[in-house]
Amino acid sequence: MTAIPSAERALKRGGILTAVGLLLVAGVYVRALAFTPEEATQGLAQKIFYIHAPSAWVALYLAYGIVGIFSVLYLFLKDPRLDLLAASSAEVGTVFTTVVLVTGPIWGKTIWGAWWTWDARLTSTLFLYFIYLSYLVLRSAVDEPGRRARYSAVLGILGALLVPFIHMTVYLFRTLHPMPVVLQPGRPRVPGPMLVTILYAFFAFTVFYFGLLWRRYAWARLRAARAEREADGADASR
Amino acid sequence: MRSVLAEAWTIAAKDLLLEFRSRTAFLSALVFTALVLAIFNFARDPTAVSATDLAPSVLWITFSFAGVLGLNRAFSLEKENRAIDGLLLSPASRTSLYLGKTLANLVFVGAVEAIALPLFALFFNVPLLDVLGALVLVIALATVGFVAVGTLMSSMAVNTRFGEMMLLVLVLPFLLTPVSTAAEITAKLFAHRPFAEWAPWLKLLAAYDITFVVLCTLVFEFTLEE
Repeated sequence: MTAIPSAERALKRGGILTAVGLLLVAGVYVRALAFTPEEATQGLAQKIFYIHAPSAWVALYLAYGIVGIFSVLYLFLKDPRLDLLAASSAEVGTVFTTVVLVTGPIWGKTIWGAWWTWDARLTSTLFLYFIYLSYLVLRSAVDEPGRRARYSAVLGILGALLVPFIHMTVYLFRTLHPMPVVLQPGRPRVPGPMLVTILYAFFAFTVFYFGLLWRRYAWARLRAARAEREADGADASR
Repeated sequence: MRSVLAEAWTIAAKDLLLEFRSRTAFLSALVFTALVLAIFNFARDPTAVSATDLAPSVLWITFSFAGVLGLNRAFSLEKENRAIDGLLLSPASRTSLYLGKTLANLVFVGAVEAIALPLFALFFNVPLLDVLGALVLVIALATVGFVAVGTLMSSMAVNTRFGEMMLLVLVLPFLLTPVSTAAEITAKLFAHRPFAEWAPWLKLLAAYDITFVVLCTLVFEFTLEE
């Protein structure tokens, strides 16, 4: 019976971290708009990069990485908490991917003159989004928790391998997306103040992600604990 | 190893025998394929887009949809009367169950493709004979890739609500690599480009097959009841 109070506590703590993350993200806006120099050729349009790139880092690598790792761990250990964690990360990752797919075209329209192109990064992000969505749809279509956990773990692992393949497939055609400017060995092209803002934005979005993940996971545990208590109650009254 | 393959073959033979006796799924997949090919022909402006430009995409869209239709069969068959329990209780291993089901699906989809290909050449007036060998190789590789993933997915989809719709949602993202590489190679073959130009796509397709056949074989047991 200790499951419910501890999940409620976790929900509260996750809420605090989410609030801190949100404040840090607000700081990204302030710093990017007021204290970072404008990019010479792109002008103000480049500012969206401080939201787009950190969201992409969270959505593509951090959130999906956690889905993949916890899916593998679940299949080995069969601990339901691992499944809830993977599912929570998938849900939060879907939100961040939405941010990436919304902010990208806004920038693309200004700089490329087109909302969308079928470039390697754009396509693999879009397909990652499809995998996130089918992961969530699959979960909603299976009622039995054990089966739901196994199925979504299988899809989570397959999806983790699919994304690099999609990237390579489209990369063989051609690519239009700007090459990485932050992590490129040899020549740091981004000027100092911009780099500080970028690194700070990555940090802020990472904290925000963990806040949301924590809260979402605590909520999932709370719901599972309540369902269990109800089942116990139904047994006792019989 | 030999016993795994022997068991897999027994399971595949059982499925194929069932299909051979009723032929419902096969005939409907075949009629569906012919219909799609015919409709595609009217969905283009013949004066604007030449048949050979459109042909590779038509071929691969038709094949992938016909393939997905066939995939549903494998496990919905076992769901009736809970026949899957019998298979799980039998001494056959889970790996051979997966390989057997994949093999049966491969034969099924391959048979549909074998009939659809001449029909495609006829409807779209594409000279196939001089590139037939390479084309068959590409079709085989792409079919192995998506049938391997599709068989795994259909084992899950059959136990979900709206299973047939769910199968499409699960499989379609995984079709991108095999279908787009195969379509690209097909286009280059029809244009008589040299091997060096389509070799990178062939490598990617082969890498996809190896990765997903191995991975799907490994994780298949988790889609079954314990």
